[in-house]
Amino acid sequence: MLNTDLKLNEKVFDAKVEQIPIRKGFGEGLLAAGEKDLQVVALCADLTESAQTIFFKEKFPNRFIELGVAEQNMASVASGLAAMGKIPFITSYAMFSPGRNWEQIRTTICYNNRPVKIAGSHAGISVGPDGGTHQAIEDLAITRVIPRMVVISPCDALEAKRATEAAAMTDTPVYIRLARERTPVMTTKRTPFEIGKAQIFWKTETPKVGIIATGALVYQALLAAKELEEGGVEVEVMNLSTIKPLDAGAIISLAKKAGRIVTVEEHQKNGGMGSAVAECLAQNHPVPMEFIAVADQFGQSGTQAELLKHYGLDKEAVIRAVKKILKR
Amino acid sequence: MELTDEKLNKLKEKANDIRISLIEALLTAGSGHTAGPLDMADIFTVLFFHTLNHNPKKSDWPERDRLVLSNGHICPVLYSTMAHAGYFPLSELKTLRKFGSRLQGHPHRDFLPMLETSSGPLGSGLSQAVGMTLADKIDHGLTSSRRIYALLSDGENECGQTWEAAMLAGKEKLHNLTAVVDRNNIQIDGYTEDVMPLESLSDKWRAWNWHVIEIDGHNMEEIADAFEAAKGIFEKPTVIIAHTIAGKGVKEFERDYRWHGKPPNAEEAAMALSELRTLGGKIKSEHQ
Repeated sequence: MLNTDLKLNEKVFDAKVEQIPIRKGFGEGLLAAGEKDLQVVALCADLTESAQTIFFKEKFPNRFIELGVAEQNMASVASGLAAMGKIPFITSYAMFSPGRNWEQIRTTICYNNRPVKIAGSHAGISVGPDGGTHQAIEDLAITRVIPRMVVISPCDALEAKRATEAAAMTDTPVYIRLARERTPVMTTKRTPFEIGKAQIFWKTETPKVGIIATGALVYQALLAAKELEEGGVEVEVMNLSTIKPLDAGAIISLAKKAGRIVTVEEHQKNGGMGSAVAECLAQNHPVPMEFIAVADQFGQSGTQAELLKHYGLDKEAVIRAVKKILKR
Repeated sequence: MELTDEKLNKLKEKANDIRISLIEALLTAGSGHTAGPLDMADIFTVLFFHTLNHNPKKSDWPERDRLVLSNGHICPVLYSTMAHAGYFPLSELKTLRKFGSRLQGHPHRDFLPMLETSSGPLGSGLSQAVGMTLADKIDHGLTSSRRIYALLSDGENECGQTWEAAMLAGKEKLHNLTAVVDRNNIQIDGYTEDVMPLESLSDKWRAWNWHVIEIDGHNMEEIADAFEAAKGIFEKPTVIIAHTIAGKGVKEFERDYRWHGKPPNAEEAAMALSELRTLGGKIKSEHQ
């Protein structure tokens, strides 16, 4: 059942559950952070509306910088702003930032130790009709590998807002991964949030499998958990929104309790959240694992549902993985 | 600040001392770049001993001007100038590129926090200087008096990011920003006009709405005047294209691109130091 301690959205399993794009939560969080701290500045590379900096721009035009289509420049300009005490948020599609400007992020932000916040929208395969060029499914791998970088992949718009506000208050570089499409809202304003803290969204007494999910696919994991429970299979679902630093304590504890782990993410299997969990468990408490992720492929155009089904990332895929791991 | 004849002579002596120190450091290091550091010694000298508003005894003074070295590989001249200016002891120069040294092969703020930026990968320094200038513009508008200096190699004008930054600085009319391009005409693979022609360089910068000043990068008076003139330009950022002689100061090294990325061996260093210590044979006995 849903973990009542976390005050989650009780209507999450309703057919008409409220759905909001995760990136919209970022836009609201950025505005809130800007209201709270005058040092917050926003940088945009020709995607003001799409990357949701528009609210901030309207309220704080003096603290908004439009750089044109120049993501490499954006990363390093932000480093310079941070050197002077600003709290810069750089925004674009994840494919271009942190994709195109990876070296600038590594050298001028992380190596330079400047607390720039990187918001990458349109992450994951469910970007949909835009097609494979715009579907960032490598971004977790390339950001979590950089020293000093904090990596957050919020599960819904409310968590994205909280993560954005929290990121503004840290003194490290942060990458926030955002999905474009409307996503069911699983949390509420009363759900606690802390960078680096994993949460058990679906709880049972004696789980046979622990499902660790991140981003919008936490919803698919919850749907799977409910259906599995109705079929007599008990599982727990963890929302792992901070990929780095990893909440090793919570992950090891789930592995000990359930004995088997299935990870679920809208990202390449290589180097993503599942890899991070595997690195942790291999060193501390090895258990059988299955990975729901993109299998070393590029995406294509389609609806969100079509793509999740085709690449094996939906509820049915999670259920298949649970059944498979139970036979191992 | 007025540049008297006496001050000019002192600056010339200082530049020579800085060249001597950086050759000594490169010899001890056994690797590193020689040509760029030698040819930028005069500009570094004017900046640190005449133009910059800074305090070597209080390197984190918030009101200081900012100096961003974009082409980090010429750090022997940065370190040597900083040591002569009093940021750290001259004796530390012999630790260049050694394990645990504050003087990393390319500048790293983790090791030497008084640096404004870590650098090495080419093409990103101007962007960082633009960010620093924008921060002052956001806080103080046109009234900010702080100057931001970005030092670039000519090879960095082949990096797309340099032009992205130039475009933004022109758009934002960042008049407190002064960039210096070390136009020494060489890069690792050869002469710039063979590797990738850059001319007309000044027209390219003008096209992005920059004020362009071209100088002889070894004439102390021209260098100082250009930095001063830039302060009088309020409509746009200024770039100083400094025509320099690669390897300047050691005849054997001058204008030869092969000195871009290697240090002198013991024999070459002895010859170079002898030339520098006798001011090219003008004085008879070497003085240490």
